[in-house]
Formats: sequence, structure tokens, C-alpha cells
Amino acid sequence: MSTAGSTTPRRRTQRLPGRPDMFTSYAENMRMLNTTPKRRSIAALVVVAVAVTFVLDDPTLQIFALGLAASIGAIGLNLVTGYCGQVSLGHAFFLAIGAYTAAALSGDPDGRTIGFGITNILIWLPAAGIVAGLAGILVAPLAARLRGLYLAIVTLGLVFLGEHIFKEWDELTGGPQVGREAAVPELFGFAFDESGDILTGDQKIYLLMLVLLIIFAVAARNLTRSKVGRAFHAIRDRDLAASIMGVQLAKYKTIAFAVSSFYAGCAGALLYIVTGFFDPTAFNLLLSVQYIAMILIGGVATISGSILGAMFITLLPPITRELAQFLPLLTTDPSASINIFIVEGVLYGALIIGFLLFEPRGLFGIWLRIRNYWKAWPFTY
Amino acid sequence: MTELISSLLRGVGTGSVYALLALGFVIIYKSTRVINFAQPALMLAGAVLVSYLVGPLGFFVAVAVAVAATAMLALGLERSVVRPMIGKPVFIIAIITIGIDIALRNVVNGFIGTDVRQVGSPWGLQSVRFAGVSVQERHIAMLLTALVIITVLFLFFKYSRLGLAMRATAFDQETALSQGVSVSTVFALSWAIAGGMAAVAGVFVASNAGIDQQIWIVALKALPAIIIGGLESLEGAIIGGITVGVVESLVATYQSDFAPWLGSNFSVVSPYVVMLIVLMVRPYGLFGTKEVQRV
Repeated sequence: MSTAGSTTPRRRTQRLPGRPDMFTSYAENMRMLNTTPKRRSIAALVVVAVAVTFVLDDPTLQIFALGLAASIGAIGLNLVTGYCGQVSLGHAFFLAIGAYTAAALSGDPDGRTIGFGITNILIWLPAAGIVAGLAGILVAPLAARLRGLYLAIVTLGLVFLGEHIFKEWDELTGGPQVGREAAVPELFGFAFDESGDILTGDQKIYLLMLVLLIIFAVAARNLTRSKVGRAFHAIRDRDLAASIMGVQLAKYKTIAFAVSSFYAGCAGALLYIVTGFFDPTAFNLLLSVQYIAMILIGGVATISGSILGAMFITLLPPITRELAQFLPLLTTDPSASINIFIVEGVLYGALIIGFLLFEPRGLFGIWLRIRNYWKAWPFTY
Repeated sequence: MTELISSLLRGVGTGSVYALLALGFVIIYKSTRVINFAQPALMLAGAVLVSYLVGPLGFFVAVAVAVAATAMLALGLERSVVRPMIGKPVFIIAIITIGIDIALRNVVNGFIGTDVRQVGSPWGLQSVRFAGVSVQERHIAMLLTALVIITVLFLFFKYSRLGLAMRATAFDQETALSQGVSVSTVFALSWAIAGGMAAVAGVFVASNAGIDQQIWIVALKALPAIIIGGLESLEGAIIGGITVGVVESLVATYQSDFAPWLGSNFSVVSPYVVMLIVLMVRPYGLFGTKEVQRV
């Protein structure tokens, strides 16, 4: 019964009554949603996420759409840093490559900046991912040679070099403080960013991001429970031991960087269609650090944690700005000595430190603790 | 020719400031195996302290007080935030120092405000001329200060009890511990030294155009310097720092004539290009020791 080989047909549906955690085949155990509560809660979550479209006002939906796009980027960083253990501070660089590839492909051919007029999202989104992925493959040989903090500093150097290139290449980026328009989200004549009869532009973009995030998240989750994912885990835990077990380090580190950069490229392309405009100075070290903060606060080496963290970091600035209305000490006036931007910055730093000191598994770890508490309730000793 | 020499001298001057910052990174790395990304914030804090104290105390006393205060600040940070994480993966501790950097830098930014603060250094922008070559006084002051600090530091490591303890800890933590070396004192001391040196560097960085919220970027130029020199080499940090300064200065002088297609301000990122080239050839830097791995 326990062997699910070629002779025995897989029994996916057979369950012992009253034993929800009893799995009778490997495939069943490895299923993505292996328990009924998981299936139900994910279904509920998707329903809520769709329903939110019709409840919240457009500015709030914009922020949520940004969070969803950032989640794709955070999943990408988690694949290389969380799952494969290769610390990358260069995520902003790959986001930028994706953003500019998409913007250039779908830009106005007669405009001020480079544009090819290909506005179909099915073309520019994969193209943005692939170009960023190729850049990741170019960086990978360095990663294969370097370990730990050396790699962190080299990827940090990449951000500075990228920032310089994007600032100087006016024809593509519009130059600092000027910027260019972002990619145009259009699918066979259906424009996502224009308000229609039923849905406003922001509602359409939010739903587009939601669908894309689900696709990207499921794909990433699948990758992590495959042979490649197990190789990533082995490299993270001890690269030397992994190579002795037959994991080809160079090959899998290259895969990790390529996939991670692909995700970053797609996220970069999507992030700026919400606001419609972006500036080359956006892709600085702070952006990389924000993505690191997302995966650390959300939960290292978890897909749902990446999404949680990305939403958290994206929602933090609007929330602190709301806070200013209640606390008389805080102002949004940038010339005051204690203004909201300083509080926001301090909060970033304090949150990173706090989570690492007290809950290294991040928001996902807090969720696990709550779940385990109620799992055994009322026998919680 | 005089253009080349004055460019080189400028490079050595700023390079010696990078060397001070790089030494801070390396001293912390050698004793705790962690890169302290909070160094830019400490540098900024030191410089801002001087800008507040220089009025009542005068420049040199202000610098001394600021160096001591920044060292105490670094020591406090190590004790409160970094110490509980000993034994955790170094990547996690490095990220914590990034968190410290962001938090501290924002606090300090509150004291800078939107205007530019001056440290009121006695050198200003005056130049002296040696055999037809003009050198800014502050570049000479930078080089001399760096030389004095480095000499004192090397004497301290070579002859004092604590210096010996620090060398022993860098060599092998457990053995040092078993010989009665207080490793925790060494950790605290290495942060304090690095903090003090960051403050000195901050004063020199600010002596040109004053302190605004952007000068912390300068401290990150010590990162290519330590990678070029090798993470665990003090000599490497000094040579790396000077290299970065000279490369930057030469690129700033000649790049617009020879390679204008690289864009203006390419000198700012040129250290990172040098770093990448060095790493292609020597993955452990010029003076770093190749890591021996055991399974």
C-alpha cells in the first residue's frame, strides 16, 4: 500500500476516516495543498482577494496592486537567497532591467525615449523576465566562485554600476528626475489601465496582478519541491556537502540566479504600470534592502512568507502616514526635525533588527506558532 | 605632468580616508567574521556630532569628543543588538547591521535636517604648492592623520596585551578563549575602534562640501577597498583604500578626455569596476587568505 510505484496505481483520494494527516502515498504527501483546511483556506483567501476589488477605493487598490507586484519580486529573491542561500543585494539591478525592457518594448515609437510599440503583455512580460534572467546568468559565474559576504558585496557593486548606467542612458531611461513612462498593459486590444463600463483601471490592474501573482507563486512553489528545489536546499545548508552528494554547484547556482532574476524582471516590469511612470534613481541600494527586508520579515524560504513580507513592507509607508494624523508629534513636513519619513526609516531598521532577534522565521513563523497553538488547543502544554 | 601628479596626490589623500574606513570594516571582520554595514551610519554620526560641538569646543576638542562618543555608540550597538546573535549565521548578523544602519542613519538625518552642516575644519579649501604642483591642505591632513592612526594601530596590535588578544581571537576564537582571552571584550573593542575611525573619516569626508544626507554613500566605497585587499588583511585594507582613491581620482581627471562615452560621474562607480576585475582574477582579493574548507 505504501509504495506508489509503476505497478500500484496512485491512490490520491483514499483517506482513512478520522485521520486527516495520514498520507498513504508519497505523491499525496507532496501535494501542494495536502490537507482539507489548507485547500479551504486558500480558496477563501482567493475569494477575499477578488472580493476586495469591489470593496476598497481606487487609491487603496493601487497600493495593494503594488504589493502584489512586489510579492513576485520577493518570491524571486527568496528563491536565490532563502532557498539557495546565495545572498544577493543586487535585486534592484534585475528589477531595473525588467522594468526598462518592458517599458522600451511597449513604449511609444515616436516618443522621447526608446520604444518599439509592442504593447501586448504576453510579449513584454516574458521578454522582461528573459532579459533579466540572462543578466542573472551573466552574474552567476561570479556567484559560483564567491561565497557568503563576498557575494553580497559584489552584488551590491552591481546595484551601483546599474544605477550609473541607467542614470546616464538618457535615451532609454529619460535621465534622473525626468524618468519615462512605464510599460503599457494591453492584451489583444483590452487595455488594463483604462477604466471601462464595469471596472475602473485600478481594479483591472489589481486583478491582473492578483492572477499573475498566483501563477508565479504556484510555479515557484512547484520549483522548490522538485529536484532543483532540493538541490537549492542542499547548497544552502552546506555547499561542499552538496557537491560531494553530486549536486553540480555551478549549474544549480546559475539556475537559482536565472530564475530569481526572471522573477525580478517580471516584477520590475509590473511594478511601475500601477503608477505609470518611473525614474532611474528608484533602483538604488535602498530598494535592494527593502526586498531583503521583505523576505526576512515575511519568512526566509517560504513562498507565502514572501507575499506576506512584500505586502507588509508596501503597506508600511501608507500606514505610518496615517499614523501622523493621530500623533501630534509627527508631521509630514520634511523640514521638521521629527518628520514622518524619519520615523518610517527608523521603523524599517527596527523591524529588520526586531524580527531577526526575536522571530527569525518572520511573519510566517508567527503564523506557524498561532496555528500550532490552536492545533493542540486546549492542551497547549 | 603636474596634472597627473596633483591628481595622484588627491587620490592618495581621499584614499587614506577610504583606508581608515576599510580598516574599520576589516578589524570587525577579523574578530567577529561579520561585515559591519552600519559603518556609514557611524561615520555620519561622528561627522554630525563634530558639526554640533565645533562651535562651543573648537575643532580639535570637538573631534576628540566625537570620536570617543561614536566609539561608545558603536560599543553600545555591539553590546545590545549584535552580541545576542553570536553563533547565528554571519549573513543574518550582516543584515542586522544593515538594519542598524538604516535606523541610525535616519535618526542622524533628523539632526542634519535639509540644510548642509559644516564641520568647520581649519583646512578649508586652501592649497599649498610644492615644486609647481598644487595640493589641497586637507588632502595632506588626511594622509598624515591616516598615517598616525595606522601606525598607532599597528603598534597597538603588535605590543599591547589587548592587541595580542585581538590577534589571537582573529586567528582562532576557541583557542583564544581557552587561553583566557576575553573574546567578548575583543568584540566590543573592535567595534569601538571601528566606530572611532569611522568618525575621523567622517570629519574628513565632510571637510570638503559639508554634511548632507547623501555623504554616507562615501563610506560604502570602503567595500570595494576591502574586497580588493582581501577581507582579512589589514595591509590589504590600506592598499585597497589607497587604490580606490587613486583610481577614482585618475578616472575623474582623465575619463572625460579618453572615454567620454562612459558618462559623467563614472569616477564614482569606477572602484566597483576595479573590484569586479580583481575578483575575476583573485576571488579572495589581493592579500586575502584562501579559505580552506573541511567537510
